[in-house]
Amino acid sequence: MTSFPEAARAALGDSQLRHNLRNATTTIREKRAGVVAEVPDWEELREAGRAIKADVMARLDHYLVQFEEAVHAAGGTVHWARDAAEANRVVLDVARAHGAHEVVKVKSLTTDEIELNEALAAGGVHAVETDFAELILQLDGDWSSHILVPAIHRNRAEIRDLFVRTIARGRELSDAPSELAETARLYLREKFLDAKVGVSGANFGVAETGTIVVVESEGNGRMCTTLPPVLVTVLGIEKLVPRFGDLEVFLQLLPRSSTGERMNPYTSLWTGVTAEDGPQELHVVLLDNGRTNVLADETGRQALHCIRCSACLNVCPVYSRTGGHAYGSVYPGPIGAILTPQLRGLENAKSLPYASSLCGACYEACPVKIDIPAVLLHLRAETEKPVAEGAAMRALARIFGNRKLYERAQRVARVGERPARHLPGPLARWTEVRDLRPLPPETFREWWSRERGA
Amino acid sequence: MRIGLFVTCLGDTLFPEAPKATVAVLERLGHEVEFPRAQTCCGQLHLNSGYRDEALALGRRFGRIFGEYEAIVSPSSSCVGAARELSPETADRTFELSEFLVRKLGVEDVGAYFPHRVTYHPTCHSLRVTKVGDAPLRLLAAVRGLELAELPAANECCGFGGTFAVKNADTSAAMLADKCSAVLSTGAEVCTAVDGSCLMQIGGGLSRQRAGVRTMHLAEILAS
Repeated sequence: MTSFPEAARAALGDSQLRHNLRNATTTIREKRAGVVAEVPDWEELREAGRAIKADVMARLDHYLVQFEEAVHAAGGTVHWARDAAEANRVVLDVARAHGAHEVVKVKSLTTDEIELNEALAAGGVHAVETDFAELILQLDGDWSSHILVPAIHRNRAEIRDLFVRTIARGRELSDAPSELAETARLYLREKFLDAKVGVSGANFGVAETGTIVVVESEGNGRMCTTLPPVLVTVLGIEKLVPRFGDLEVFLQLLPRSSTGERMNPYTSLWTGVTAEDGPQELHVVLLDNGRTNVLADETGRQALHCIRCSACLNVCPVYSRTGGHAYGSVYPGPIGAILTPQLRGLENAKSLPYASSLCGACYEACPVKIDIPAVLLHLRAETEKPVAEGAAMRALARIFGNRKLYERAQRVARVGERPARHLPGPLARWTEVRDLRPLPPETFREWWSRERGA
Repeated sequence: MRIGLFVTCLGDTLFPEAPKATVAVLERLGHEVEFPRAQTCCGQLHLNSGYRDEALALGRRFGRIFGEYEAIVSPSSSCVGAARELSPETADRTFELSEFLVRKLGVEDVGAYFPHRVTYHPTCHSLRVTKVGDAPLRLLAAVRGLELAELPAANECCGFGGTFAVKNADTSAAMLADKCSAVLSTGAEVCTAVDGSCLMQIGGGLSRQRAGVRTMHLAEILAS
C-alpha cells in the first residue's frame, strides 16, 4: 500500500477536500461535545464499556460458543469464517441457493473489509448499497473515507451532479438535501421490494440470547433486515457483548459519540427467525480475518474493543486534514492506524503507527477508552525501522547516556552551525515551512556554571 | 524545599531562556534550586520513536540522577509526562512548572509584570498526559499588565509531535498553518505555552510568515 505520508501529501493538496472535511468534522465534533457534556455519568459509562469489552476479549472462546448455541436455538444458522474468502463464499452460496442476482445491503464496515461486493460481483451477484452515503460512493466507483459518514469528503453539489448522471432518470435536480434524498429513496424503494436476500453487518451480538443489533439513522437497514425473506449477517467475532443488559451501556455511548445524537433514529434487534414476521431464513457468519492475531497481543488487543463510533476520527487533527483515503483501509483515522497494521500485519502497514502526532485527542474521546497513543507506541516499538534511523537513534542513546559525550555534542553542534536557513538530511523537511532559531550563545549548563560555578 | 531542576535536553541546548526563567521564578519564591549536571534526556525521543529499550535505559538514568530530590521541576509538560512513565519511582515527585506552582505550592501570583496582549496555547501533553489543567491560565491571570486573548480551537495540536514533524512533514505543516491562523486571529503580540518544543514549531511557522508575533515560554512571562 502507498505510505501514509505519500497518500496524505496528495490529499492535503486538494483544497475542496480540505474544506469539506473541516466543515464536517467541526460540526460533528461540536455536536458530540454538547451531548456528551450533558451525561453526568459519562466517565462511568466509558469505564463500564471498557470493562465489558475487556471481559469479552478475555473469554471470547466461551462467549462465541454461547452465541452460536443461542442463534441456533432461535432458528438461525451459524457459519464460522477464518478469512475473507470463507465469509464471502458463504454469502455467495446463500444468494445462489435462492436464485438471487441482486442483494440489498445495510452499511457495513466488516463486509467492506472483506470486499464482499467485489466477491459477489465475481460470482454474478450485484450488491446494492442502501445507505445514502454508501450508495453515493457505489454509484461513483469511489470508496469510504470515514467510518460513519463515508462520503464526508463530498459536498452536495458533487452529489447532485452524480445523481443527474446516474439515478435521477432525467428528472430536474437541485442540490437541496430533501431532493437528493427523495431521488435516492425512489431508486432504493424498488430494490428493497424486489430483493430476495438482504445482507447486513452488526453493531453488537448478544452472547446470552443470540440477538443481533444494528444501529442506524436512515431506516434503510430496517428495510434490508425485515423485507427480504432471507438475511445474512456478517459479524466480526469481537462484536459480542455477554448479556442483553450490556446494551444499555453501549446504546448510550454509541449514538452520542458517533452522530452526536442522544439516541439514534433506528435500532433494530433480531433473534433468530420469527414465524410469519421478517426473514424466514437467517445466516450468521462469524468472521475472524486476523482478529485472533490481534487478540493474542495483550497491549494491541484493545483495538478490538472499538464500537466503530468514529469519534476518534472527528477529533483527530491528522484525519481532519488528510481525510480517510490516506489510511489505505476501510478503517481510517486513529483507530485505523492501530487496527489495520494488526489485522494485516505490521510489515504491510509500516507507516500507519507513525501517522499521529500523539496528541491524545482520540483517547480522550473514545467511548470505550481505547488508549490509542499507547498502542501506537507499542506498534512503533514492534515496527522494523530504517537502518540509518536505527543507527542514529542508538548513537543518540549513547550520547544521552553519558554526560561528557552529551556536552561535547552540544559544543560540536554550535561549531558546526551555519547561519542555517535549511537543515540537512531528513531534517530539511523542518525548515521547508519553519524558520530555525539560531543556537543560543551558551547552553543552560554553561550559563549555570558561569553564574553559579560547577 | 530542595528542588532538582530538570531542564530537558532541548531546553538546555536550544532554548535556555525557559529553564533560566524557571530558576528565577522558583528562587523568587524562596526555594533552593539545584541543577544536577549529569542530566541529559528523559528518553521521550526514543519512547515516541519506537526505541523502547533505549528509552527505558534513559528513564532509569533519570531516576538515579533525580532520586534524591524532594521535587523535580521542569518547564516542559511533555518531558515530565515521559519522565513519569519511564521513571516510575520519581513519578509522583516530578512536576511541570505551572502545576508545581499552583497545585503543589498553592501560588498563583508570582509577582510578574508583563504589559502585553498574550494568547495561550494549551499543548496536547499538558492537557492530556501531564494534565496541568488551568494552572497556566491561573498564573497568567495574576500577571500584572497582561491582557489574555482566548485562542480559537485552542485544544487542537500544533502539529509538532516530535519526529512526526519530519516523518509526516506535509500533515504537520497543514496543522501548523491552522494554528498560526488561530494565533494571528487573536491579535496577540505573544503566544505562550508550557512546552518549548511546541513553541519551536509555532514560533518557526510564525517567523517564516513574518507574522510579527513572538513565542515565549510561560516561565519567561512569569519571571518578567
